[in-house]
Amino acid sequence: MEKKLYSITAIYSYPNDIIRAAKTVRDAGYKKFDVHTPYPIHGLDGAMGLKETKLGFVTLAAAIVGAAGMISFASWVAVVDYPQVIGGKPYWSWPAFVPVTYEIAVLLAVLGTVGAMIAFFFKFPNISHPLHDTPYMKKVSADKFGVSIQADDEQFDEKKVRELLKSAGGEVEAVYYSEEFLTFKPQTFDPKFIVLLAGIALATSAGGYLYFNKVLYLPPFDWMMMQPKVNPQTMSEFYADGFGMRLPVAGTVARGFIPYPYALGAKADSVGKFLVNPLLPTKTTLDLGKKKYFTYCSPCHGNFGNGDSRMNGQFPNPPTLHSDKVRTWPDGAIFHTITVGQNVMPSYQYQISREERWAIVNYIRTLQRAYNAKESDLQ
Amino acid sequence: MSSTVLDYTKEIPVIEGLPTAAALDETIVKPINDFPQRRWFIGLAITGTMLMIGVVSLSWLLWKGVGVWGINQPVAWGFDVVNFVFWVGIGHAGTLISAILFLLRQKWRTGIARFAEAMTLFAVLCAVQFVIFHTGRPWLAMAWLFPYPNQHGVWVNFTSPLEWDVFAVNTYFIVSAVFWYLGLIPDFATLRDRATTTIKKVTFSILSLGWRFSNRHWQHYERAYLIMAGFATPLVLSVHTIVSFDFAVSIIPGWHTTIFPPYFVAGAIFSGFAMVQNVLIITRKAFKFEHLITMDTIEKMNKIILVTGTIVGYAYIMEFFIAWYSGNATELFVFVNRAFGPYWWAYWTMMTCNLFTPQLFWSKRIRTSLLASFILAIFVNIGMWFERFVIIVTSLHRDFLPSSWGMFVPTMWDFGMLIGSFGLFFTLVLLFVKFLPAIAMAEIKAVIPGAQPTHHGNGASH
Repeated sequence: MEKKLYSITAIYSYPNDIIRAAKTVRDAGYKKFDVHTPYPIHGLDGAMGLKETKLGFVTLAAAIVGAAGMISFASWVAVVDYPQVIGGKPYWSWPAFVPVTYEIAVLLAVLGTVGAMIAFFFKFPNISHPLHDTPYMKKVSADKFGVSIQADDEQFDEKKVRELLKSAGGEVEAVYYSEEFLTFKPQTFDPKFIVLLAGIALATSAGGYLYFNKVLYLPPFDWMMMQPKVNPQTMSEFYADGFGMRLPVAGTVARGFIPYPYALGAKADSVGKFLVNPLLPTKTTLDLGKKKYFTYCSPCHGNFGNGDSRMNGQFPNPPTLHSDKVRTWPDGAIFHTITVGQNVMPSYQYQISREERWAIVNYIRTLQRAYNAKESDLQ
Repeated sequence: MSSTVLDYTKEIPVIEGLPTAAALDETIVKPINDFPQRRWFIGLAITGTMLMIGVVSLSWLLWKGVGVWGINQPVAWGFDVVNFVFWVGIGHAGTLISAILFLLRQKWRTGIARFAEAMTLFAVLCAVQFVIFHTGRPWLAMAWLFPYPNQHGVWVNFTSPLEWDVFAVNTYFIVSAVFWYLGLIPDFATLRDRATTTIKKVTFSILSLGWRFSNRHWQHYERAYLIMAGFATPLVLSVHTIVSFDFAVSIIPGWHTTIFPPYFVAGAIFSGFAMVQNVLIITRKAFKFEHLITMDTIEKMNKIILVTGTIVGYAYIMEFFIAWYSGNATELFVFVNRAFGPYWWAYWTMMTCNLFTPQLFWSKRIRTSLLASFILAIFVNIGMWFERFVIIVTSLHRDFLPSSWGMFVPTMWDFGMLIGSFGLFFTLVLLFVKFLPAIAMAEIKAVIPGAQPTHHGNGASH
């Protein structure tokens, strides 16, 4: 393997010498040179003619992104996506978002600064630099100070460089490298790398699957399934009758329950006189009535109350709701019929609430008026 | 009166004697390259046993649930939260030493900074385990702690102090870890060049990321270190402030106090420095670092312990004063009960160890005595653990309503977890001093006499 010259280096023993050497090299007009010291030396940046680092701008940008991003995210969660009233405070309680915003700003600023510095300012990780593993590097990593002038500098001339560094009082030494070693770049589509990626993907998926679907269901993770309580609809060994669920105490009345005083035998028109429709025929009640009519009534009575339904032939057809009899009935008579049933029609009081029944009555009245419209309605 | 007059115009050297940079490397790298001493193995055996006690307690906890602890209503926060606050507090010294003292140009921090930063990381790890396991079903904790899009359409509550705590502690851990690693990069490069075996060489090559001591890199590196110190300083103050919000934002008498944030931060620094002091004295002795970690450093640490201990003591007394001055009967009762109620022994242990015994550091003889420093630092650790016990348990066990009064009695599993956390901490410390440079080599080389140029005004821009 052919060795190429990377740089000419010189080692100095004292901080004062390295400052002087750095100045000499800079004044001689070299651009591609570097100074290596085991710890940062004050005044060396100036001696080398380095410009002020721009790292602070990265920090500023990352901190602003972190702060703006976090407060927007917290606000979006609290106001738009998952609004909750907490302690009677407004949704957008921004002072309470300050701690998390601050923490995320610090986090991003620090990670951004260090990440940018390592990846973009240093171009690390790079463990195959020509200077690595040289006697020169071993000295500057311990207690010596070194200058290295690279061979690819415009005005590089080996002889002159050696003289220059020697005149500044250093021990001069050349650093060589083999091009092959340095230009080696791992290939993205290298089969080994692909296999590695596939392996990682497989291991992650398999691990994730096993963890979330198997491991989490092994004991003791029983997801609170095993609890010392009786589930609904199950047996109980505790009670003599073996039922897990208990009946309410005799005479218990459900909240909001109003008993219906009329039985099946009562005549609809006579009972109806005593029942008053509490709902006005507003758009809201008519919409509710229409919805419930379509759900519960239309299968037999038809969409418009004509008694011509899709169940035609399977049951005896109900009479039309547009007959004079039904039209002259009081509202209460229709309500009574829905509540207790009539002939083949069963009671609907358990399926349809009181309010919904009255809403259906209102809707039927609307249908009747639409079918028997007067001249005045058309105007 | 002492007849010696201190000359304050002269700076006391950070390290004693005049070691060369090469000799420093030799001293610091020795524990890493040598086969460990027998006492290191004895230490590891002890801490490993403690760690195993913790593992067993933890397994039993996971199997049975948090009912194995002594917690119940009304004292639903017991050893778990006491230990959490205790360890987070310990974790405050590291960043304080590496960031705040860096900004204040306190060069004596150099010898102990690396060490204290490592202790920060380990202490925060110990702390985090308690909050995770006290959630009851820790395998689901991620869903409760972090805001991530999920199929329930549920988000965490960003207005809750407990959620702030999640963000604060995690940020603190990540930033401390990055800070620590950043400082280690040049030392890894030195270790790489001094490596005796291939394994060490490969490991340290990768860990050093290819650092080559270039001044073009040092320039950015120093700025990054400054920026990080600038960010870590308010961060370290924010973390224990937010931990104190966990209590102060609630309405429990004894917790609902505006003095909590500064009082907690002072307490955290107090306990953190005490723990650093303890570990420091042992390491200094074991690895013969006497000339790197000088008596002057230990004395300065003792002074900080004295100052923060007195601040904490002031807070204890001020809480009492406000309880009386506010005219709030419940508040007054809680504080009188704290000192003279069923947990009086915890309160007086706290007062003795945190307020009274550190006052001995006013004496220069005690301040510069290794044995006294060590013992008093242990006292501080005991006292600060009891402080958290007093704040949490005594405030909860006597609520507004006498019908919801109760007592907290820890079980053996509570103690098992506590012992286990100490085991984890000291095991990690022992592994750290064996496998990583316990003192920042690149930093300490920069402060030995003659390390910096003498004429650096000469044409160089500043």
